[in-house]
Amino acid sequence: MKSICFYFQIHQPFRLRRYRFFDIGNDHYYYDDYNNEEIIRRIAENCYLPANNLILQLIKENNGFFKVAYSISGIALEQLELYAPEVIDSFRELAKTGCVEFLGETYAHSLSSLNEDSEEFETQVKEHCNKIEALFGMKPKVFRNSELIYSDAIGERVAQLGFKGMVTEGAKYVLGWKSPNYVYCCANNPRMKLLLRNFKLSDDLTFRFSDWAWDQYPLTADKFAGWIAETPESEKFVNLFINYETFGEVQKAHSGIFEFLKALPEFAKQKNVSFATPSDIIDQYMPVDQISVPYPMSWADEERDVSAWLGNELQREAFEKLCSIGERVHLSQDRRLLQDWYYLQTSDHFYYMCTKHFTDGAVHSFFSPYDSPFEAFTNYMNVLSDFIDRVNSQFPEGIDNEELSALMKLINTQENLIEKLTEENKALKECNANAEMAVSPAPKKRVCRKKAESAELTETSKTEKKAKSAKSSEKEEKPKTARKRKTTEK
Amino acid sequence: MKALMFGWEFPPHILGGLGTASYGLTKGMSLQQDMDITFMLPKPWGDEDQSFLKIIAANKVPVVWQDPEWNYLCQQLDGRMSPEEYYRYRDCIREDFHHIGTSGIGSIEFSGRYPDNLLEEIGNYTAVANVVCRSLDFDIIHSHDWLTYPAGVVAKQITGKPLVIHVHATDFDRSRGNVNPTVYGIEKYGMDMADHIITVSNLTRDTVIYRYGIDPAKVTTVHNAVEPISKEIENIQPIKGSKDKVVTFLGRITMQKGPEYFVEAAYRVLQKTQNVRFVMAGSGDMMDKMIRHAAYRKITDRFHFTGFLKGNQVHEMLKSSDVYIMPSVSEPFGISPLEAMQVGVPTIISKQSGCAEILYNAIKIDYWDIDAMADAIYSIITYPSMYSFLKNEGKKEVDEIKWEYAALKVRKVYDMVLGH
Repeated sequence: MKSICFYFQIHQPFRLRRYRFFDIGNDHYYYDDYNNEEIIRRIAENCYLPANNLILQLIKENNGFFKVAYSISGIALEQLELYAPEVIDSFRELAKTGCVEFLGETYAHSLSSLNEDSEEFETQVKEHCNKIEALFGMKPKVFRNSELIYSDAIGERVAQLGFKGMVTEGAKYVLGWKSPNYVYCCANNPRMKLLLRNFKLSDDLTFRFSDWAWDQYPLTADKFAGWIAETPESEKFVNLFINYETFGEVQKAHSGIFEFLKALPEFAKQKNVSFATPSDIIDQYMPVDQISVPYPMSWADEERDVSAWLGNELQREAFEKLCSIGERVHLSQDRRLLQDWYYLQTSDHFYYMCTKHFTDGAVHSFFSPYDSPFEAFTNYMNVLSDFIDRVNSQFPEGIDNEELSALMKLINTQENLIEKLTEENKALKECNANAEMAVSPAPKKRVCRKKAESAELTETSKTEKKAKSAKSSEKEEKPKTARKRKTTEK
Repeated sequence: MKALMFGWEFPPHILGGLGTASYGLTKGMSLQQDMDITFMLPKPWGDEDQSFLKIIAANKVPVVWQDPEWNYLCQQLDGRMSPEEYYRYRDCIREDFHHIGTSGIGSIEFSGRYPDNLLEEIGNYTAVANVVCRSLDFDIIHSHDWLTYPAGVVAKQITGKPLVIHVHATDFDRSRGNVNPTVYGIEKYGMDMADHIITVSNLTRDTVIYRYGIDPAKVTTVHNAVEPISKEIENIQPIKGSKDKVVTFLGRITMQKGPEYFVEAAYRVLQKTQNVRFVMAGSGDMMDKMIRHAAYRKITDRFHFTGFLKGNQVHEMLKSSDVYIMPSVSEPFGISPLEAMQVGVPTIISKQSGCAEILYNAIKIDYWDIDAMADAIYSIITYPSMYSFLKNEGKKEVDEIKWEYAALKVRKVYDMVLGH
């Protein structure tokens, strides 16, 4: 029996407002609230809610036969919580059915996996897992990187984070003659299983579904299930990884996309095709081969590489500037800064700066809130300049990160020590007071008692001494830390 | 194929973009093997490059029959025209132009510029065309800009050959909408009479269609291009006194070019940064007003006026700039941003310029959006990758915009008009 493995991607960036350079240093709010709310509400109404309802209905009608997986970026979840909380509720309901899997990804839908020198990637993945667990009560086991970016090195990093599998693009230049309809494994770590997107069938839904000029128009569920059934005998599944917005937003409701989805399980049953989640497939099948991807690939554009985000000088400068500040942001632990830091890392900001005009430019400008890539760059850099200033103002100038982190560590340990010692001191004082209380009301006692008392007394005096020494050490340390603070605050 | 062209300007003695465009286009067309171009100018200076086309000096063509003495004739012709050619034209005088004041050899004097009696010069030019077109053999007539439309129409009426007019600008661009009725009349007449109209941008095409009521099927856009820079210009060294970044506005300081928006944008940039200077190069009727405006904004220590720049000074200025800006309110095409990009200067242009239609690696803003303009300037001078991207990619892009390709499109129009 063959399976269809559906995975839907949901992501919306926090779009930036028009941020002129005279705002740098004056205004620290970067987001276009009106636009963000308007877009997420629109998509929620056209796509997320109707599609979720339909999928819930299909799952219930088919008693666990119909299964799907979602990958929702942390940023998108935050926006949904802010502007369309009912969507979160409907996802919760889907999660309860047990037929829905949530995949892990980077919290900010960021390009952090491409920055090998920093821990940012790991931090974000953990953050995202926590968020998913908090909202839907399940821990992601399969990973999907932003925009399906994958390379051997990334596969290895993901494996170290404890994921058993990863989904990525079945790019022609990587696969060659091989079919994407098998499980593969990572070249650097054979335990890491890979599911590859069947881009032909996925794009049939995303781009060609309502294209009259396409020779297969109209695409029916019957025909589509037939194609999957007709794949060679040994190919056991087909990975359809698509943007969730395909339902109702890219392909409008009137194109019949919902009816297509509704009819799919029925026709799949007839053609002896079932549904599976990425985890099911990874548990069920062994890899047939390893694939080697030395340079990062993605699912974007004709090139299927990362040139849509880091293809030109502008994008690279912006990305480098952004990465350079990362360590400091984490050192500062300021919550507002950390939030902005995530929002600014979203890959979409870089996508808008793409200058590949002629072939894919149309797709880029379709999604972009800017008139031109230059405007996108200028606006982003203005925001980033302000952000960097804010981060730097948290720390004194002229200290490099290593020194800073050493100082921060010192301050932290000292602070902890002080706390510990004060507590100990307090406890001892109390103890001492108790002891004194115990001593004073009983002056006349028998000898044996006195003996016991004297023993007690010697003990308390000992502890008193200890406390004194602790105090003195504290006194010694306090000016030290104060001095340190002064230097850091300069 | 033989074309008779009527033009007003030709390098090296030019007053505006028309001369540059005429030169580039004819040079590009001469690359087509079977193309033969005759170009009539009101007053050639004698140092024009005639290697690829023949120039007729309108100020030497007789319109009134005279029989001057040989030596006198040779002296009067001054090498701009051979006596044989003179006699050939003299044989073709069919109409009476005695009412025009003529010289001893029966020809008319032209200023070759844009004098106050421009309409009279246009009339005289048309009279010359009346004579010239009878003596020459050609397949098509091509008139550049409104000054020569009447000449083209006359030639068409006399010979029956098709007329193509080339709209380099309309009066709507020059006057921000307050057109001169006489000029409009001449333009409209030329467009109505033409067999086909070539515009330098879609912006101008729209003006021709909507403001002059011309059938869209009769109007084709052929974007201008730019001549590759010569070795001489390439070798010019930039002159730069200070480390400050230089932002340059270069052109006539007139209403059409939107200089006041530049001053305002400069004011905004200077609020935030100090390592930048602004230069307004050129002259024009709004110059005094702009100086006063800069003084009012108290930025004159960082805002400089150079006055009119000649010859190589233009390229010196361009090469010393870090940003070139053209905030034109209405620009039919605008070749100068292309020239700036050729020498590797990042360029900001208004969306209301024709060249914005074909340029990608330049920042485009609305001319009235001073905030966006200031932001773009700030971005180029602050973010190094923005500067180098626009510099390198801009140069690459503009090197591919060649007159040769524009000439092929013009040729297509010729073929279409002639029914080939």
